[in-house]
Amino acid sequence: MVGQHSVILMVVLPLLAAPVTALLPGGRSSWAIVMTVMALCLIMSLGILGDVISGSLIHYELGGWAPPWGIAYEIDGLNALMAVIISIVGTLVAIYAWYSVPADIPENKQPLFYAAYLLCFLGLLGMSMTGDIFNVFVFLEISSLATYALVGMGRNRQALTASFQYLILGTIGATFFLIGIGLAYAATGSLNMADLAIRLSESTHVQTIHTAFGFIFIGMALKAAVFPLHQWLPRAYTYAPITVSAFLAGTSTKVAAYVIARMVFTVFTPEYSRQTLFNELLMVLGAIAVIHGAVRSIGQTSIKPLLAWSSLSQIGYFMIGIGLLSATGLMATMIHIFNHALIKTTLFMAAGILLYQTGSLRIASLSGMGRHMPLTFAAIIIAGLSLIGVPGTVGFISKWYLVLAAVEQQAWWIVAVLVLGSAMAIIYVWKLIETLYFQPTTEPHDTGHIERTPALIIPTWTLAIACIYLGLDTGISVGAAEAAVNSLGLLSRP
Amino acid sequence: MKDNIILRIVAKMLIPLIILFALYVQFHGDYSPGGGFQAGIIFSSALILYRLIFGLEAGDKAIPRPVLKLIASLGVLLYTGTGVAALFMGGEFLNYSVLADTPVHGQHMGIILVELGVGFTVAATMLLIFDSFAGRPLTTQDAGIEKQHD
Repeated sequence: MVGQHSVILMVVLPLLAAPVTALLPGGRSSWAIVMTVMALCLIMSLGILGDVISGSLIHYELGGWAPPWGIAYEIDGLNALMAVIISIVGTLVAIYAWYSVPADIPENKQPLFYAAYLLCFLGLLGMSMTGDIFNVFVFLEISSLATYALVGMGRNRQALTASFQYLILGTIGATFFLIGIGLAYAATGSLNMADLAIRLSESTHVQTIHTAFGFIFIGMALKAAVFPLHQWLPRAYTYAPITVSAFLAGTSTKVAAYVIARMVFTVFTPEYSRQTLFNELLMVLGAIAVIHGAVRSIGQTSIKPLLAWSSLSQIGYFMIGIGLLSATGLMATMIHIFNHALIKTTLFMAAGILLYQTGSLRIASLSGMGRHMPLTFAAIIIAGLSLIGVPGTVGFISKWYLVLAAVEQQAWWIVAVLVLGSAMAIIYVWKLIETLYFQPTTEPHDTGHIERTPALIIPTWTLAIACIYLGLDTGISVGAAEAAVNSLGLLSRP
Repeated sequence: MKDNIILRIVAKMLIPLIILFALYVQFHGDYSPGGGFQAGIIFSSALILYRLIFGLEAGDKAIPRPVLKLIASLGVLLYTGTGVAALFMGGEFLNYSVLADTPVHGQHMGIILVELGVGFTVAATMLLIFDSFAGRPLTTQDAGIEKQHD
């Protein structure tokens, strides 16, 4: 029974667990529930990916109502891959939370924190699994509202303003997305993605469809922090508790990027984007994001904003991959989404260990700490090299596929942007490594106790090892992305 | 405002009527406009009126905050629980048809249970939001922790 229903159970289990967690008196018992739910979801998502990777589709109708009237979950490789990414990050961050949540969140708020964490997790899962565009909006709201609460729990009081700014922009984004859905519904009379895809190509309401697409894209671009709609992201990531930063950096913008890809490839066909020159816009915005994010990242004096701006730069790569509108391009985006989830979560987790050890994340005050904290520092080096895209790490594979996709279409300027972006990544990663390792220790800190905490170092190193292993054994991530893209090809041309 | 006799008497007369109307909207929601969300809002408006007239302490005495939290969570559990019950009885998630002997009967039962869950959660959450904005530190323990973090 579980096999057939695992698609919906992945969303329902966290939903059942969240209210229970909220009622529990203490943090530890809530943690146990979260951990169990995350582990179960991880197992189920791997099972689903295993089923889907062979090319079959999973179809699940909620409440027994057939689409296009009812909500249907239509799982192809793309959905399954996103679900796996979210579950992996969610599970590892949950392990990390054993130490980090008691350190950051007051005891009486911990159950609520875990409840919000579960809600955010299930919202993101729902967004990436559903085949109904309105359902995407509902889950977007669930995950966003939970995210605002999570960000606002940061230690620094500025977390509240960061969260509020995110709330305002996020709500505008969600509203735009909803208006877009409304217009698409007005033009076609359907909310089911597969059904929409057919009806949109037949519809004669050209103006309405253009407007719908514009609203949907802008709404999602705000959530994905696509340049120039990225203003909320650096502040939100900087002031959120480190647990939350690590989770969001690995999942939330990526799910929004996935939704954009889904809109471009499944709902509004690639031909539509080509006719409206939307793909050119995506590539230009992506290219600007790559450069702008990297430039700002180099200028940061603290680790968290440095990583946040670097994330913006990576979102640029996603957009370029989608904008190329080819199978290789989408494959590159999917691989990069997967890889970047590993890389950025590792970096935020390692940054968290530095923070708990020294009480500071200003780069200047951390000079020389790398020598005292070898485990943390090694994880930072591995993830940093992956971020640059050094061969032998996961980062190389996704950049390689991006370059391949660009060369396929003779888009040489994109190749130039990719090389430039990677070169700039070297600068900001080197800046971290140099201060952490090569400069003398300026401030006396206690050294090396906290990084041996299993709850912190195990998830960090699991991800760091994955960065290397999946960089050498490319079969897993590339295979999954290939299956994802293949299944999409089937879907978009029925 | 509890010294104003007109407000007090009118509120005492109105509150039961508002609650009655909320229950009507709740339980007639499957036949007529209405349902859990609207009913929950109407229900909470009665209790918010009570808080406005008789003060927050009296409101808290009527339904203490931990109870509100419990109700808010139970509502969500009732909703998902109904869905999962359908799942265990052989249907899809939220497929009410399998809940009772005939599909029509099952659909009825399902929608009433789900809407009841929505009503619980909405009413309790509205009151929790009102209480939070009205700025009443709940217990001394909560108040102590707030102060520490300021």
